[in-house]
Amino acid sequence: MESEQPSPDTEHESAREEAHLPSPTLWPIGFAIGIVVVLVGLIIDPLLISTIGAVIAIVFGFLWARDATAELREERVVVEPERRELPDAGAEDDPHQVTLTPVTDTQVTRSVFLEGATLGLGAAIGGLITIPVAGFAVLPGFLGQELHKVDLGPIERFPLNQWYVATFIVDPTQGEVSKRAAFLRNNGTVADPKTNQQVPSFSIISNRCTHLGCPTQANGPSGLRFTGKPTIKQHTLTGPAEFVPVVPAGYGCPCHGSQFDTEGNRTAGPAPRALDRYAFEINHGRLVLLGTYSVSEVVGTGAQAQIYKYKQAGPGEHINGPEQWLYPLQPPHN
Amino acid sequence: MATTAYKRKPSKSELRRQTVEELVVYPFDWLEERSGLVGGIKYFLFRKVPADINWMQTLGSAALTAFLVQAITGVILAMYYVPSADIDPHTGQPVAWESIVNITDHLTLGWLVRGMHRWGASIFIILMFLHMGRVFLFGAYKYPRELNWIVGVLILVMGMMEGFTGYLLPWDQTAYWATVVGINLNGTAPFLGPWLAQFLRGGQEISGATLTRFYSLHMLVIPGGIIALITLHLYLVIRLGVTSPPWSEDAAGGEPEEADAERRRSGLTRPVPRPAGAQAMQAEPGGSE
Repeated sequence: MESEQPSPDTEHESAREEAHLPSPTLWPIGFAIGIVVVLVGLIIDPLLISTIGAVIAIVFGFLWARDATAELREERVVVEPERRELPDAGAEDDPHQVTLTPVTDTQVTRSVFLEGATLGLGAAIGGLITIPVAGFAVLPGFLGQELHKVDLGPIERFPLNQWYVATFIVDPTQGEVSKRAAFLRNNGTVADPKTNQQVPSFSIISNRCTHLGCPTQANGPSGLRFTGKPTIKQHTLTGPAEFVPVVPAGYGCPCHGSQFDTEGNRTAGPAPRALDRYAFEINHGRLVLLGTYSVSEVVGTGAQAQIYKYKQAGPGEHINGPEQWLYPLQPPHN
Repeated sequence: MATTAYKRKPSKSELRRQTVEELVVYPFDWLEERSGLVGGIKYFLFRKVPADINWMQTLGSAALTAFLVQAITGVILAMYYVPSADIDPHTGQPVAWESIVNITDHLTLGWLVRGMHRWGASIFIILMFLHMGRVFLFGAYKYPRELNWIVGVLILVMGMMEGFTGYLLPWDQTAYWATVVGINLNGTAPFLGPWLAQFLRGGQEISGATLTRFYSLHMLVIPGGIIALITLHLYLVIRLGVTSPPWSEDAAGGEPEEADAERRRSGLTRPVPRPAGAQAMQAEPGGSE
């Protein structure tokens, strides 16, 4: 913008139609770094680091002020002139003629440099902000997923070969939302193949349908009148749990009609595999649920059942056959 | 123009009229001089459209209105809704569900605004589909409007995402199990499906984190995207003009002049080969504007 009336301090230069600019200087950058160090020091160590920052700021501030006031103090300002090399051919023809040098592709001009610097700096700042924020949006759902053990009480309370619909809270901090149900049966004892000792055996089948995760229901009568066993309600070490005795002919899903037999094998409907099961341990005579695992098929029944186990997969995912290749990478799961 | 050979002293009422006119016009002129907004809005509202335009072509505006209703009622609902899965110790009910009950049953006119939002959601989706059908049947997706079709499809997808995320917020059994099924449905997508499902749940299982996450997506992330896309959609509508109905006698009445069209394409790095039939769309030299 050129103003019509020259301001007092550019009056003597206005004839040359040049902007009155202070000579370029790098000292403000050093001054700014000093201020940053002072501020960081206030957090970390006000005595040491802030002092260092203050020294940096004062030294560079002094140099800056000296530079900025050089003209006022009428010192000679040394400004390096901008040079462009003349093309050789033009110089040979007529050394006195001024030729404009065309900008070639290989030359980085000031404007190209500034353009690149602006874009590059913008990208760097954008990345610095976006990457941690995107990480915060995504990563907490994947990292540090905890396994919640669920205490279901002493094992003697479960009569031999009686199915129960067990409902329990997996994560007490989450409350009702983490309420899960499983079909549970005490199979008595079975010989551990490794130690050859008799260990307790339970069938604990998750009621989550392997189609899309709806709650399957036991097909059959339940309660005291039909089973002769009372419903057990208790508050275990990890929260409330309830056990309703049931005589299942199998399990059925209300959402899309998948059917499963008493061992959880799929017999009808859209589910791709058998029902998932809970791993468990016996801790001081108490039944403790661990995480779930997926099952392709169960052959046999009760303590003698042969369970084809797989890593826990999500509902609707095939775990064997060619369709398993559609899900090569599973997110981290406890 | 009004200057004539003789001048008459304006009457008192004329002077008063002049003063009032100036008072009314002044703020608009002030704004126009500094922003050009008045001219821009005039250009938007009074732009030329084909003479034989059809009522069906108002479906887009209807969908926009439905979206605005959703936006306004949603903002007000957010003042009363609490996205918490915690159990209220006094009643034993989840806080989110209780706040919905409070809005519906206790707060003055809450039932109406929630109803507008709940039913307006379906109306928004239905209007988008009708609008899409109109564009398809009129052939209004053809050159040079393909990009606007693509943007419109993205708006439709985001509208459905709004429906999916909003359905969880009442935090009742329907909401919970519909979301279980919906997320697991996403989870069955090949390769990245399980990861997408876990991202949506914010963990291995649906929890309070899922509710707050869906709330944020529903009221901040997706509406922001929809607003941006609607802006782009409208920009393209204004830039490219409205199509005539397919039965139009004077086809492509509102097409820009060739020189004008070239100027509009000045951002291109190379000339674009005109598609077949494009010749017919060119305005006659010296034809109407």
